[in-house]
Amino acid sequence: MGRHTPLYDLHVRQGGKLVDFAGWDMPINYGSQVDEHHQVRRDVGMFDVSHMTVVDLHGDNSRAFLRKLLANDIDRLQAPGKALYSCMLNEQGGVIDDLITYYIREDCFRMVVNAATRDKDLEWIRRQAGPFGVEVRERDDLAMIAVQGPNAREHVLNLLPATLRDGAAGLKPFFAALNGMQESGWFVARTGYTGEDGFEIVLPEADAPRLWQALFDSGVSPIGLGARDTLRLEAGMNLYGSDMTEETTPLESGLGWTVAWDPAERDFIGRAALESQREAGVANKLVGLVLEGKGVIRNHQKVLTEAGEGEVTSGSFSPTIGGSIALARIPAAAGDSVEIEIRGRRIPARVVRPPFVRHGEVRV
Amino acid sequence: MSEVPGELKYTKSHEWVRIEADGSVVVGITDHAQDQLGDMVYIEVPEAGTSFAAGDACAVVESVKAASDVYAPIAGEVTEGNDALADSPELVNQDPFGDGWLMKLNPSDSSELDGLMDAEAYQAYLESEEH
Repeated sequence: MGRHTPLYDLHVRQGGKLVDFAGWDMPINYGSQVDEHHQVRRDVGMFDVSHMTVVDLHGDNSRAFLRKLLANDIDRLQAPGKALYSCMLNEQGGVIDDLITYYIREDCFRMVVNAATRDKDLEWIRRQAGPFGVEVRERDDLAMIAVQGPNAREHVLNLLPATLRDGAAGLKPFFAALNGMQESGWFVARTGYTGEDGFEIVLPEADAPRLWQALFDSGVSPIGLGARDTLRLEAGMNLYGSDMTEETTPLESGLGWTVAWDPAERDFIGRAALESQREAGVANKLVGLVLEGKGVIRNHQKVLTEAGEGEVTSGSFSPTIGGSIALARIPAAAGDSVEIEIRGRRIPARVVRPPFVRHGEVRV
Repeated sequence: MSEVPGELKYTKSHEWVRIEADGSVVVGITDHAQDQLGDMVYIEVPEAGTSFAAGDACAVVESVKAASDVYAPIAGEVTEGNDALADSPELVNQDPFGDGWLMKLNPSDSSELDGLMDAEAYQAYLESEEH
């Protein structure tokens, strides 16, 4: 038996099919993954993401520490509540994890990291934090619910505590509301992993079942990890462990935009390795693929290009497009049409720039 | 619980076989199989005239989750594939024992049908697989 989130009993009662995910018993779907996918694109759905790891950093040197720890520049966060997406690299420039950091106060930043990388992340963060005197607190007392879709706002805002409602209603994308956070422990961010508008709500474990049930009663459908994966793939968002790992750098993972080269004197972990790679020329690129024939692209299938072979890092059926799409790592010199080896056959595919779908609309 | 119609024959790899009055057979995948695989998104059925030995991979069913081979329950020659599945793979989820059939076969040796499970044996097999 795996670990249970505070919403486990509700998943069972609501018909969730539970599977192991990184040591947690999580719902893969509640009946139909495709229906759940459309539900989020067209209306609203909610995800239990309590298995993700919330880490709070405390100490006067938190900002200096994050300047070193993250490949993106923490100094882009000057307004309280603002969020930053970044990779955390090893000295070789390989990606240890991708994460979101929120600026709360000058002596407090919140990070949300992946469940599957929890142990190694915490060990790495604590080791790097030592010299800065920054305290690293894992918040396993918190749950997290993501509510996503074009109609997410109305459902969520009605159910938030009064102290948070106005703050959440006025949030710009990639900001979190901090009002009421001290008193209630609730933290509401306008972020997500679907390519739709919505919120991610961090709250005390004891409050989570009540909010989930209230959202359910107001007509928000529960959505499993299966649809979460097809939604994020359509949105062109990378999945750690598939699209990037410790063996690949952000530059060959479609994440060059998250590496802040300026200011040149900011010496983040992995910088030297990335600079060498950039100077030598990055050999591979992560691209989007749209299958032009029949079939479904799957992870690790071979991609044949005129510049050499590549590999599918995330392949699936796209419910919104009604065909198969993928992210793949291919030679940087490859052109716009490739072939994918699917079950012994070569099927043509078109190279595109993700996202495939954004705010309900097909972009490729 | 998955549906297991009494009049069909079954394999351990979760195909079903219906024996028609003229001695031909219809083949599909069971309710249990479609439930395990999830939403079907692409199905490849063989063309008429293709021959298979028992146990050969004869069709592919792809769900959002994964691709799976379907194995010929008995040897025979395909007389018809279910072409409706090309545009409506979800028929396998909605009606696995009816409109979601995969192919019709002329058996090479009808005695092979005796080696398949009846509904009761398949039901027991499903229960044993769950434990």
